[in-house]
Amino acid sequence: MIQAIVFFPLLGFLIAGLFGRVIGARASEIATTGLMVAAAVFSWVTFVNVGYGGGGKVHMIASWIRSGSFEVDWALRVDTLTAVMLVVVNSVSALVHLYSIGYMHEDPSRPRFFAYLSLFTFAMLMLVTSDNLVQMFFGWEGVGLASYLLIGFWYDRPTAVAASMKAFIVNRVGDFGFAFGIFVIFVLTGTVEFDALFGKIEMLQGVQVDFIGIDWDALTIICLLLFIGAMGKSAQFLLHTWLPDAMEGPTPVSALIHAATMVTAGVFMVARLSPLFEAAPGALTVVVVVGATTAFFAATVGLVQNDIKRVIAYSTCSQLGYMFVALGSGAYGAGIFHLFTHAFFKALLFLGAGSVIHAMHHEQDIRKMGGLAGKIPFTTTMMAIGTLALTGFPMTAGYFSKDAIIEAAFASHNAAQTYAFILLVAAAFMTSFYSWRLFFLTFTGKPRWGHAAHGHDEHGHHAHDHNDHGHGSHEPHEAPFVMLLPLLLLSIGALVAGFVFAPAFIGESYDHFWKGALFTGEHNHILHDMHGVPGWVKYSPFVMMILGFLLAFLFYVAKPHLPRELAESQPILYRFLLNKWYFDEIYDFIFVNPAKAIGRFLWKQGDGRVIDGIGPDGVAARVSNIAAGAVKLQSGYLYHYAFAMLIGLAVFVTWYMFGGAH
Amino acid sequence: MHNLLSTLILIPLIGAAFILFVPKGREGTLNNIRWIALITTLVTFAVSVLAWHRFDPTSPAFQLVEQGPWISDAIRFKLGVDGYSMPFILLSTFLMPFCIVASWVSVEKRVAEYMIAFLVLEALMIGVFAALDLVLFYVFFEAGLIPMFLIIGVWGGKRRIYASFKFFLYTLLGSVLMLVAIMTMYWTAGTTDIPTLMKFAFPASMQKWLWFGFFASFAVKMPMWPLHTWLPDAHVEAPTAGSVILAAILLKMGGYGFLRFSLPMFPIASAEFAHFMFFLSLGAIIYTSLVALVQEDVKKLIAYSSVAHMGYVTLGIFTLTEQGIEGAMFQMISHGLISAALFLCVGVIYDRMHTREISAYGGLVHRMPLYAAVMLIFTMANVGLPGTCGFIGEFLTLLGSRIANSWVALFATTGVVLSATYALWMYARVVLGKLVKPELMNIKDINLREATLLIPLAILTIYFGFHANAILDVVSVPTEPLLASIKAAVSSVKTASLLAP
Repeated sequence: MIQAIVFFPLLGFLIAGLFGRVIGARASEIATTGLMVAAAVFSWVTFVNVGYGGGGKVHMIASWIRSGSFEVDWALRVDTLTAVMLVVVNSVSALVHLYSIGYMHEDPSRPRFFAYLSLFTFAMLMLVTSDNLVQMFFGWEGVGLASYLLIGFWYDRPTAVAASMKAFIVNRVGDFGFAFGIFVIFVLTGTVEFDALFGKIEMLQGVQVDFIGIDWDALTIICLLLFIGAMGKSAQFLLHTWLPDAMEGPTPVSALIHAATMVTAGVFMVARLSPLFEAAPGALTVVVVVGATTAFFAATVGLVQNDIKRVIAYSTCSQLGYMFVALGSGAYGAGIFHLFTHAFFKALLFLGAGSVIHAMHHEQDIRKMGGLAGKIPFTTTMMAIGTLALTGFPMTAGYFSKDAIIEAAFASHNAAQTYAFILLVAAAFMTSFYSWRLFFLTFTGKPRWGHAAHGHDEHGHHAHDHNDHGHGSHEPHEAPFVMLLPLLLLSIGALVAGFVFAPAFIGESYDHFWKGALFTGEHNHILHDMHGVPGWVKYSPFVMMILGFLLAFLFYVAKPHLPRELAESQPILYRFLLNKWYFDEIYDFIFVNPAKAIGRFLWKQGDGRVIDGIGPDGVAARVSNIAAGAVKLQSGYLYHYAFAMLIGLAVFVTWYMFGGAH
Repeated sequence: MHNLLSTLILIPLIGAAFILFVPKGREGTLNNIRWIALITTLVTFAVSVLAWHRFDPTSPAFQLVEQGPWISDAIRFKLGVDGYSMPFILLSTFLMPFCIVASWVSVEKRVAEYMIAFLVLEALMIGVFAALDLVLFYVFFEAGLIPMFLIIGVWGGKRRIYASFKFFLYTLLGSVLMLVAIMTMYWTAGTTDIPTLMKFAFPASMQKWLWFGFFASFAVKMPMWPLHTWLPDAHVEAPTAGSVILAAILLKMGGYGFLRFSLPMFPIASAEFAHFMFFLSLGAIIYTSLVALVQEDVKKLIAYSSVAHMGYVTLGIFTLTEQGIEGAMFQMISHGLISAALFLCVGVIYDRMHTREISAYGGLVHRMPLYAAVMLIFTMANVGLPGTCGFIGEFLTLLGSRIANSWVALFATTGVVLSATYALWMYARVVLGKLVKPELMNIKDINLREATLLIPLAILTIYFGFHANAILDVVSVPTEPLLASIKAAVSSVKTASLLAP
């Protein structure tokens, strides 16, 4: 069955990718979506079998790389952690396929789109089922490729092409760390296979290893290197710049790749390697600090963004930070639980946003929306559910998982525990504020679209679309059924996934459910300690949620002139946040422009002046001068030289025959 | 057939002779010549497959050995193959028909001479990889320059004279030094038999000079930084098929030479110069990647990227680890496929637009969707994406370099970021974006002939990416004894220096 789960999407990719032009768009849609739905159903069966039944095993497929003692197999590893990911990936992917049939309805390149979606799913499945670090790296870069292709799907837009390259290259920086981590692991342990590697952890304890001239604790440096990979893929602070730009891709892509699945690969990686990270407390502290910083930083930027997708993108970035804090605190179950619930409500929010954009004829600026609740009531309800779940309203999915993380941050013995706790609580407040800001600006108040909104277009490049058909000429309308059904199913997940699965993921059935797929050290009692935190800690996220809601209500419903006044009174802060802390500008300044300048310098000065100047040009210039003067004889000259070489050879051979060989 | 290898060398020569006798100037002559060349290369490929069938990849010994008297008793005509040379022979014979087909319509002047040059080149390339005598190797190695020199100089672009002389000067310089080394070896060991020389222990002090003599030739061939500046010019001026052979096979002779001569014959010097080689390899990887980033000519960009990829090869070889050497072999074969395909891809648009300026293109995907798809596969393979063969060689050589030296590995791994940057940026500027240039509006997608060239290469690129063992199992067989002998040689020096007063 696992083979079917993994290879059905590949089959879909091949059908739509190779024969899409022959069989047409509709057949491609049906083939890919049908195979995905089947894979999703099998995934749930596997999830129940593995999580609530007998556990999983490793299915060998073939040997991949064999070089000396370095051996890598193609294998499918199924345990509870994999099963959770299978459910997340395939469920969201199947729903996104279905949704895309409606959303991409007018696009001429639908077979290509569905092929890419299925390719992405296959790569993601190879990532989560891998039994060794190298196959994981295969999936890791494979999802990067699919992400590149899908962000740049509308390749006519220069912004989309730039965003797709940025995503790939920034991720390569992370992959650099990942690959280097694999090298160090192999050098120290002689294996890259998970179980064999975990068996050697004890051997690694206390070992020192040299890296960039400093002696490091082996486990710490391994984990830190791998974590650089996780930071790239999961868009953590410093390597986050690609994720907001990735919103150039079609909205279903944002839901699938840049919210629910691919960006959580880093979280999955740390959880999969929990035995390593548990043995490296220094690395865990770094994970916590990076996660908390991201959660806070992304939330601050999310406060002021005006593009509906970018608000949600920064929210994703921030929520991924939460997950890393959970992992760094040793509460791996809570981190994966948040990954699981987040997949439902964030996919819901993105697909809901897609429905809004669809209704608004590809307008994405929330300042040009408003009053949509009456026009698209179903979407409004769905977005409300998603927002409630994201902000952690009691009994929704986010309530269980996010609050657990905040409690874990408080209860952990990590060195950065206080830092993380404060930032997460602050971020919870901001999450609630920006989520409700988005909701109010979009769905309530007076409409700011139609003829009134025509003309001012400073964010025009987001709004432009290849199937533009005149703003304002149509009333906003509800999306077709194929788009609404996925919303409905995801909303169920956003509402109930929390309390249905909390006992298994982080509660009393923890051990029985995970069966060792997540490792916790002997002295790690975080799950127990989480329940013992003081009352004010337990209530703090709830209070933050209420305060954020109230402030958003005040700003955008009760007194809508306040935000503008605040922005005008704090212009520096406002611009700092609006420009995303100026990361893009700083990176351009430090990396991008110097790389080009150095390249040009080396080419013109190094190759041109130094190497060629000293070397061949001194001689060749003379030769070519002569040749240029004797145009008629050009080809004759060549034959001359060829002839001279032949003669030289002959002389050499003759000399050898009579002189050299006695 | 006991002389399979010499048959392999002869077939292209016979084909070339046939072309000489085709009567000139009649209707259909040119097509006849093309067909003769194509059939000859196909037959050669078929015979090489037969040789592969007879070859036992599990044995480290030289196989299909044949020898006869030649210059003297000591200098014999001796051929044979092992796990290092067999893959290159297959690669050469496999790519040759592609070159002929790629030149089918784009070469119109002096077709007969052109085809003869290619067929002679093929014979010489097979000879280089099959030679088991040092002098025989040298003759094949140097003679290969002539047809290539002519291909660039006669059928090349505007600056072909400059490029061919640059190519000639560089290579000549290297080969003179190698010749001196070969003569010294003959006087010292009394033989030029390669298998014997591989076991001959040259004195450590002499090894350094000999090593350097071979290095001069191979480093130019690879080409290693900073001896690389002939390559971009040669590629830019060479016709498409010339670029294919240059990048896919001729560059590999340098790497093959290091593995066949430098490492087994001068193990002590190789170990000693490893850091020097690391330095040059890093220069290739980082320096030329940065230079590739700012190129304005498609072919130059790919040429610089070839230099960077060859940097991984020299890096891997001189780690003196199994992963490094096998990775280097894999990298050479995979780069042979990928660079061949990339140059063919450039040829496709050059034939249509007659320019290689990146800025002359843009938005090709609108009119050439198939081309865009194939080009994407090779671009990603060039970037070293897992699932393509480009990944395996890069990953194994980097792994080997980490075993050898942590700093070197760190710098070398930055190459994966740089390669992604220049390759994707080029792809974006040539293929993606809006189609606005009026002269591109009527550009046609790849035709059947071009698809027959590119699709098999795409399939192999992916096949070896998923089934790396198909190559690794072959190249690992000679690697183990090679490393063992290097280890023994190096440790014997160490004990000797300990015992010395």
